[in-house]
Amino acid sequence: MARMKFLCDVERCIDCSGCVVACKEGHHIPVGVNRRRVITLDEGKPGEKSISISCMHCSDAPCMAVCPVKAIYQREDGIVLVNKKACIGCGYCFMACPFGAPQFPKGEIAGGRGAMDKCTFCAGGPEDTFSEEEKRLYGQNRIAEGKVPLCAGMCATKALLAGDADILEDVYRKRVFQRGSGAKAWGWKMAYRKE
Amino acid sequence: MARIKIRKPSATTGAVNIGSRCSVNPRLARRSFGKLSVATAALTGVAMTSRMIGKASTETGKPAPYLGSKTVRTICTHCAVGCGIEAEVHNGVWVRQEIAQDHPVSFGGHCCKGAGAIDMVTSEKRLKNPMKKVGGHWISITWDQALAEISTKLLDIRAKNGPDALHINGSAKVSNEMAYLQRKFAAFWGSNNIDHQARICHSTTEAGVANTWGYGALTNSINDMRHARSMIFIGSNAPEAHPVAMQHILHAREKNNAPIIVVDPRFTKLAAKASDYIRIRPGTDAAFMMGLVNAVVTNGWEDKEFIRTRVAGFEEMAKVAADYTPEAVEDITGIPAAEVTRIAGILAANRPTSLTWCLGGTQHHIGSSITRSFCLLQLVLGNMGKSGGGTNIFRGHDNVQGASDMSVLCDSLPGYYPVDKESSWQHWSRVWDVEYEWLVSRFYNKDYMLKKGFSLARWYEGVLGEEKIEQYTPIKAMIQWGCGANVNSQYGRVKRAYNKLELMVVVDPFPTMAAAMCERDNIYLLPSASQYETSGSVTSTSRQVQWREKVVEPIHDCRDDYTIMAGLVQRLGFAETFYKNIKQIPEDISRESAKGLLSIGYNGMSPERIKRHMANWHTFDMDTLQAKGGPCDGEYYGLPWPCWTEEHPGTPILWDISKSVAEGGLPFRNLFGNEVTWDASGRSENLLAAVGSCTPGSEVKGGYPEFKDVVSGTSWATDISQKTTREALARGMAPFGNARARCLVVEFPDQVPIHREPLHSPRPDLVVKYPTYEDKLDHFRVLTRYKTEQNSELVQAFPYVLTTGRMVEHMGTGAETRSNKYLAELAPDMYAEINPRLAKDLGIRAGGMMWIESPEGGRIRVKAKVTERVDEKTIFLPYHFGDMFEGKSLVDTIPAGHAPDVIGESANFVTNYGYDIITQNQATKDGLCTVSRA
Repeated sequence: MARMKFLCDVERCIDCSGCVVACKEGHHIPVGVNRRRVITLDEGKPGEKSISISCMHCSDAPCMAVCPVKAIYQREDGIVLVNKKACIGCGYCFMACPFGAPQFPKGEIAGGRGAMDKCTFCAGGPEDTFSEEEKRLYGQNRIAEGKVPLCAGMCATKALLAGDADILEDVYRKRVFQRGSGAKAWGWKMAYRKE
Repeated sequence: MARIKIRKPSATTGAVNIGSRCSVNPRLARRSFGKLSVATAALTGVAMTSRMIGKASTETGKPAPYLGSKTVRTICTHCAVGCGIEAEVHNGVWVRQEIAQDHPVSFGGHCCKGAGAIDMVTSEKRLKNPMKKVGGHWISITWDQALAEISTKLLDIRAKNGPDALHINGSAKVSNEMAYLQRKFAAFWGSNNIDHQARICHSTTEAGVANTWGYGALTNSINDMRHARSMIFIGSNAPEAHPVAMQHILHAREKNNAPIIVVDPRFTKLAAKASDYIRIRPGTDAAFMMGLVNAVVTNGWEDKEFIRTRVAGFEEMAKVAADYTPEAVEDITGIPAAEVTRIAGILAANRPTSLTWCLGGTQHHIGSSITRSFCLLQLVLGNMGKSGGGTNIFRGHDNVQGASDMSVLCDSLPGYYPVDKESSWQHWSRVWDVEYEWLVSRFYNKDYMLKKGFSLARWYEGVLGEEKIEQYTPIKAMIQWGCGANVNSQYGRVKRAYNKLELMVVVDPFPTMAAAMCERDNIYLLPSASQYETSGSVTSTSRQVQWREKVVEPIHDCRDDYTIMAGLVQRLGFAETFYKNIKQIPEDISRESAKGLLSIGYNGMSPERIKRHMANWHTFDMDTLQAKGGPCDGEYYGLPWPCWTEEHPGTPILWDISKSVAEGGLPFRNLFGNEVTWDASGRSENLLAAVGSCTPGSEVKGGYPEFKDVVSGTSWATDISQKTTREALARGMAPFGNARARCLVVEFPDQVPIHREPLHSPRPDLVVKYPTYEDKLDHFRVLTRYKTEQNSELVQAFPYVLTTGRMVEHMGTGAETRSNKYLAELAPDMYAEINPRLAKDLGIRAGGMMWIESPEGGRIRVKAKVTERVDEKTIFLPYHFGDMFEGKSLVDTIPAGHAPDVIGESANFVTNYGYDIITQNQATKDGLCTVSRA
């Protein structure tokens, strides 16, 4: 069974937020909830880098470990999903997640948190596949349709990769190999600078 | 480093295969595998194996959602990259956006705007029915009432004041067919007072570049940048303005180790991806470019053979460039002298170089000189007509290239036939099948027919009458048809003009800022459908023509542009002549315009051919854009113009003499005579290419003039039988001749590009050394001040340089994107970028409010974004915001429910006076301002 992963190539990410809107528009995510975000570091300075972040669908996912009601589960292909009907909105997963992925829709009564929402790898949720309920709670189930996640598919520069880890590694390895060749190789300037 | 994993073969398509053939070049993978899912896997790096998908489908055993839906292929309506969109339509509703993975330019990629395209149709902020203002309140009216009242008023104004009392702001957002109708409408109405966004966008590019080598468009293509050995971007910020182009730009960096040199006053997102970032003072691009040219020449790096065979005026130009020593360049631009030589060295050592500029290079009072200086660098380096080289000038709006080609312009007729030549009008009257004399009779008189109209940059002066205007009547009515209101610099003046108009008509899916600015009962809002609710062709920045298919029927009570035009023309009484040859819309419009658009070779692209390209995206090669096999075999994607005949494959790279003309090659155009004597030196020079320099198979082995009198009394550009074109091609020759690119433009005040200080300069000493021009009377019908406006004292009261630019989340004046809830959420605030040191000196904190004031008295209150993107002397403003005025919201003045999700001060309230000497492009990149804590 293939293992699904995300990989964001920081050399290519240009902070255009195509992935963010692709996700929101595709799943009708309310304003204020971000399954995916683009983070930019050192903005406006040499070394500025951007990266697109969402749930990474971790191996041994910490969110699963801390969930008191076992609302979070992992599929055989590595995709981590939440059962919103079981979730009690306690927010432990948010504390545990190293990527800040879990989102809690705002605007509930007395500031109470609703069920956790996060990236589904476009794989819907535990409800009946393609049911209205699944769509309402989790958005499209593209994986079941044989389609690819929207964010990576619509990435402007193909910085964001998603899918079978084996193939991702191949794609990325070749890119790194290509970039590494020639006089502009990373580290060369520092290591072999001519006086 | 990743390990190589062993994969088990699967039953259907071997996973081993996928892994081993998966490549960063998706083309390979796509050819290998037919299955959509796998192709996507390779293309996007989305690595779904067919095995897994098979399992998922059998597992669910359920029918897919939206059973019976259809997929419509169309083109994004935001920027000129022209990304493909696949819209899934179910029961007449656009339900989902699919990944347009086969599109030969975007390969499924979108920026945030394109990814949210569906919102253009579904936005709740869209106008729902025609409206007008009565007693200060908006009321809904019927189309019949709206069109009847508008046309009665127009006819009334025409009778009282003459046809030139109307100005039309046309659009770069509509299809080629609609743009063509807009221009035709103005001609039939009898006025040259029509213009569109290109005026304040790349008009200086068109003037500068076309006067150098014949056409003013991007020479190669976005995809062709994949072959660049080095790239220089000046005044261009692709990650914000053309995000999907970055796919190909980054490829060149990764594959060819191509250095990316970014020259910009700001450390932009593109600079973050650059190998070399050069900070330049706004408005000094020409000095830097001439400095590079000089460095190339003094070091002997110029392409001598290229210059000998294909360039004219090199010696005279080099003599002027010699003034721009590295030290002189440092003084003007702020770029260290050593950097000038170093950058020239990088470009010389890494050929071909792709050169890109955008509005940072064009919006200056010397814009048409700056754009020529870019061309000169490419000419001396010998980078023209070569794959990987060229001037890859990125256009802004999705169809600004097409609307320019259709000449929604006050100085030309479709195909850039100049209005000041009778032959242009005679040509088009033949195409339109109307008597030339009838056409003349529509105008005030023949002089006004041959006189450039008011431009989009300064139409409001025609209303205000405060500057000296050269027209028999003030402008009394305005139709803004697909043109954001707050595009004009000194927008405060525009506001006053709105309120002086007798009639203001806005045709747009959204109210635009005009709705907020017009305080009188003179305004009508006509809700046009978005471009996803109509069809037609659009031309991308790479000169590719694509067919934008209708996704859904117009929503609410909106009407598509063609229908609105028909309603108007009918009521104005010239429908019969106007639609003489047009029955099927829009296809017949394409056919009619193709008949006349010979000058730029639009005659070979029939709607059928373009639609075939759309249906066969997957057959085009990513690197060459040529179809390999399939029904479009041998053709280049989108039949990039000039596409000379119905059999021609399109011209993928302009001025490329390595291919025959019939295969898409071209020499430089013979547009400036056959011989010239340069004023500067007294030297006479042949303007035709040298012996031996020609495309393969040319009957004449060397330069030759344009084809004339094959059909007596006509040239290749006016022979609507197209016999001339066919004869030229049969002889292996270009219809427009084989000439040299020229380094001097004898018709311009500065024959060789030189630096002139911005009108509002921060350097009083340089104003003396590099002064501006004399004032120009009757510059597009209005006095335009240069010398009397340049004031070296101004900097004392307005000490900071003001420049403007793009954000990726918004487009143009933001009427569309600020009404998209997701884009609004991503970029909710108008802001000004200010350097941390300057902010501290002025007591401004990050996120605090500040006032920015212009010398013209404009003032805006904006949030401080404290960042090192800008230096200590520069303030940057994005120009997408609107619907506020001097710190106050204008939402109450917009029809209820139609105000955008986010509003902000419009940068154009503080952009300064200043207009290009040739095209009147507005100088929004190099003004002055003062800043204080709010």
